[in-house]
Amino acid sequence: METLFFILSWTQPTINALAIAALSLFFLWMLGGRFLMPAAWGRFADSHLVYSFRRDAVAKGSLGILLVLLVASFACPWIAPTNPYDPASLDLMMAQTPPAWMEGGEPDQLPAFVLGADDQGRDLLSTMLYGMRVSLVIGIGAVLLQAVLGIAIGLTAGYLGKRVEMLLMRLADVQLSFSTLLVAIFIGAMFRTAFGVASYERLAVPILICIIGLAEWPQYARTVRASVLAEKKKEYVEAARVVGLPAWRIMLRHILPNTLSPVLVISTVQVANAMMTEAGLSFLGFGMPVTQPSLGSLINTGFEYLLSGSWWITIFPGALLVVLILSINLLGDFCRDVMNPRLYKGM
Amino acid sequence: MIMSTALVSIRNVVKHFDISGGLLEQLRFSGGRPTLKRTVVHALNDVSLDVQQGETLAVVGESGCGKSTLARAVVCLHQLSSGEIHYRDQRIDHLPPARLLPFRTKLQMIFQDPYASLNPRMTVQRILEEPLRLHHRAMTPAQIAERVAAVMEQVGVRASWARQYPHEFSGGQRQRISIARALIVDPECIVADEPISALDVSIQAQILNLMMDLQESRALTYLFISHDLNVVRRIATRVAVMYLGSLCELATARQLFESPRHPYTQALLSAIPALGRGRRGRIRLSGELSTPIDLPRGCVFHPRCPHAYEPCRVDTPAPQTLDTGTVVACHAVRDGRI
Repeated sequence: METLFFILSWTQPTINALAIAALSLFFLWMLGGRFLMPAAWGRFADSHLVYSFRRDAVAKGSLGILLVLLVASFACPWIAPTNPYDPASLDLMMAQTPPAWMEGGEPDQLPAFVLGADDQGRDLLSTMLYGMRVSLVIGIGAVLLQAVLGIAIGLTAGYLGKRVEMLLMRLADVQLSFSTLLVAIFIGAMFRTAFGVASYERLAVPILICIIGLAEWPQYARTVRASVLAEKKKEYVEAARVVGLPAWRIMLRHILPNTLSPVLVISTVQVANAMMTEAGLSFLGFGMPVTQPSLGSLINTGFEYLLSGSWWITIFPGALLVVLILSINLLGDFCRDVMNPRLYKGM
Repeated sequence: MIMSTALVSIRNVVKHFDISGGLLEQLRFSGGRPTLKRTVVHALNDVSLDVQQGETLAVVGESGCGKSTLARAVVCLHQLSSGEIHYRDQRIDHLPPARLLPFRTKLQMIFQDPYASLNPRMTVQRILEEPLRLHHRAMTPAQIAERVAAVMEQVGVRASWARQYPHEFSGGQRQRISIARALIVDPECIVADEPISALDVSIQAQILNLMMDLQESRALTYLFISHDLNVVRRIATRVAVMYLGSLCELATARQLFESPRHPYTQALLSAIPALGRGRRGRIRLSGELSTPIDLPRGCVFHPRCPHAYEPCRVDTPAPQTLDTGTVVACHAVRDGRI
């Protein structure tokens, strides 16, 4: 059990580091791809995806907003006015300070308290940025877990067929018949009773990633299986078998790359879904603890003060969550429309 | 065990496909009682053929007669329901994938649709390298690149195009690449499943000539699946005619086209459009093609055969060799009625 704790307690910093690394790699690719891999870049720049993207104002806008939010959340230790995780930054005297432009605000302390403070006296903007990072890490982490599980299972089921397929897809049906929230509440409560609230607070992020990741993998498994069934009938798969390639290699090298378009499309939607699930759990009090709030738990804490006039604690994180999820969903819709093989045969 | 000189020997091959689906779809009510009924497609019924070294054996027949299933059975893509496939007198159809590997370099396949038979996400270079990497682990990257370039030139695709993706090529060029993939492991025998029927007529001739040139320079043996009789007449050494998963007639190309013996072959050949002949002399079969799910009893061709008589409805005719060397499975021919 101790080793498990040890491993899990390392996951959060690791995921953070990985996320930052992935993000910077993405930017490097965007900037440097043009020079480092001119052929691949040229193909990408000439693709139908980029062509439609350039002509879609909504897609451009939502990608822009999403990038700004991503950078802001992962750069929060450097750009946030205060560190809400530092207990020394808590000042109960400042609790429920209104935004700087309102009566009772603290304009002389800018940039701190520009959006006011929460019930603990933390700067709300900083807490939101840190909270958005938690939400994103959980969303992306859970989707990675879902994707790995779902792709592996869907690929195996679709390619091997017969009994294996029946077993795995019935397993997916069983999994889908449990509500995510119910499972999450159940596991969270079990964990808290078994190991205490303190260790839960330490491990909340990896636990939530596991719960949401495990709950939603059938979405991927079904999507992947459906495209594998279509791809498997094509002659290039038979050609690979005639060459004598082993099954795993045909699955990974030949079929999987040809099933990735729908996977990319549902990934965007699933990230938004996972973040909403996390927010929902946190809102119900089963998600992130008060000490390292996510957007959802901020909304939850603020909810108690909403009727006493401190609306900002709920409204600002809520608006941020809406903008974040909306931009991801709009991008996902764009991808779905563009990559739809019935509309355009993506090669 | 009978020793034979055949390169590939197809012995009594039967292939059934179970298409009955799930338990609920199998459920039938007969006589007021629920029973489970399996639906089976009889794709190949007891087909025996020998492919001799160096020849081009063409398999012809109409759609759904089991030509492609036969091709896939020979390269062990299908598990046989019964029967055996032998390669140089070694049985290969029951071998596990690892032990089949040495035969994969001897026996290769070319597919029908050049738009589906090349992986759209791989460059030509990677498509052609992959078999070499698998079968010749000792080869250095330089040797592999050299071999790929050589084979590409041989099939008439510029080696400098190796970095391109399949969708950047025309149908004919893709089929050349597909041929190159089969050739790259230096096979002895190539199973070609309608390799030119998806191509334009002008390209068909090019690909056909390429295949004939390659046969000459590399001493290849072809099992050539086709429904185009004019193509078969041009390329084949021997021709096998199939109907509903059974072999009707097997003869040298000259003999088959000059004096077809089986009633089905006669009807098939008379359907070749020819200039100036009009509709005279065309044998018109009545009735529908029977489904391979409910095969007719006896000879599979008897419901449409103009010469059918009593034994045809009862017994399945066994293939028999005539004096001319032609193999025919027909009661009427055996009894001297036609």
